[in-house]
Amino acid sequence: MIRAVADLDLCQAHQMCQAEAPDVFGFDDDADRVVVLQEHPDESLRPQVEAAVRYCPAMALAIEEENG
Amino acid sequence: MIPEVSYAVPDDGHGHLAEMRVDPIGLFERVRAECGDVGRFRLADKDVVLVSGAEANEQFFRAPDSTLDQAAAYPFMTPIFGKGVVFDASPEERQQMLKNQALRGDMMRGHASTIEAEIRRMVADWGDATDEWREIDILDFFAELTIYTTSSCLIGKPFREELDSSFAHHYHELERGTDAIAYVDPYADIESFRRRDAARERLVELVQGIIDKRKARGTVPREERDLLDVLISIDMSADYVTGIFISMMFAGHHTSSGTASWALIELMRHPETMKGVVAELDELYADGSEVSFQALRSIPVLEAALKETLRLHPPLIILMRVVQEEIELAGHRIQPGTVVAASPRVSNRIADDFPDPELFDPSRYLDPRQEDLQNRWTWIPFGAGKHRCVGNAFAMMQMKAIFSVILRDYEFETAQPSESYRDDVSKMVIQLEQPCRVRYRRRSR
Repeated sequence: MIRAVADLDLCQAHQMCQAEAPDVFGFDDDADRVVVLQEHPDESLRPQVEAAVRYCPAMALAIEEENG
Repeated sequence: MIPEVSYAVPDDGHGHLAEMRVDPIGLFERVRAECGDVGRFRLADKDVVLVSGAEANEQFFRAPDSTLDQAAAYPFMTPIFGKGVVFDASPEERQQMLKNQALRGDMMRGHASTIEAEIRRMVADWGDATDEWREIDILDFFAELTIYTTSSCLIGKPFREELDSSFAHHYHELERGTDAIAYVDPYADIESFRRRDAARERLVELVQGIIDKRKARGTVPREERDLLDVLISIDMSADYVTGIFISMMFAGHHTSSGTASWALIELMRHPETMKGVVAELDELYADGSEVSFQALRSIPVLEAALKETLRLHPPLIILMRVVQEEIELAGHRIQPGTVVAASPRVSNRIADDFPDPELFDPSRYLDPRQEDLQNRWTWIPFGAGKHRCVGNAFAMMQMKAIFSVILRDYEFETAQPSESYRDDVSKMVIQLEQPCRVRYRRRSR
């Protein structure tokens, strides 16, 4: 099971992740920060989440593998 | 007490400044070798605490804005931006403004097509001969190209159309005017500072000429205006406008120019990698797709080569801040007034994080190694943390666009011994040492 993680201290509000994985990452306009919409996205979304992690200009995103 | 590094160049009264001016990389490497994750050297009247390694780097990069000041750490920039040019906004706020305007994600497509057009203009006179090698100096080439791309994307196309290679030449003199002696006196009477100041005057004259033309021309429709028209409309002086433009272009210019040059050098040094990149590009564009489209998308083999270039040749070798309020770094309390620093050049080559650190090995970035994502606090060509370079997506797109154009139409080979390509590190802004000549010819396909 994968867990999508965002470090809000690092987010620079580029909003690239919403293009890469729109179902997993949203945006809070007031806070000007990323919002994790699905903490445990389905395995089928893994390639999207990986692309979001890889292309985040602030390196603020990560995938954690969880057992069970 | 934080240990102080030894002396390789005798102290001339300003501590390690003398060594900073001839071999800064040797100095920073010795700090880690002798002192470990946290060490200290003397720069004129300041103590510089240099950290390295993931743990100390993370503390450095996560320190809140209120405790660390960026602008005060770089006194050599003041005469370049202009003595009278004081911004109402902090560097952080300016960075944010730049991001919100010119570097917005939805503007990248336009920038990509602008950059493609600029590269095609630069190679327009390269000729079609497939059987004849010609030569260029890659510092001159990429420094001029990136003046056009940064001015066009960040300031506006009408302004860029007023520029020619003389602007690039003067801008280069500004970058050369960054001798570390500025830590003693930014206006010291030395040759490179005299040339810096003369170059800035020439740039103000050029901008004044453009302003005069605009004023004589009168107003134009809104869609034909650029940032310069806005600044003229609020009666800003040519000196002030020039200072603003210099500062807007600074972070994106020598960094992109140097990275493009080093990427080309590393690709020529590693023909197998070059082959892989060229094959990837040929396949990617076989369907006739546009550079402005693909440069914003994944080009994995080229991206890995660019990342490895950035790891080995980070454009900035040291990132500095002045401590405002006491902070703790690697178990040490650091007093206000102290300079704290991290070194991309040192961290990017830590052997525990990057096996065979001296080796150019783009496969580091492929699954499952992903050495950039695995080492977020030591893979730091763009810095890290909250102030990680906001232009990094723009920069990577620009590199992908440049190599998409030049590697599909031309082939390259070294025109001098491979090991003779090296950086001139005698200034705080590092540039490729000239000569750095490269041969090209049109690919026969």
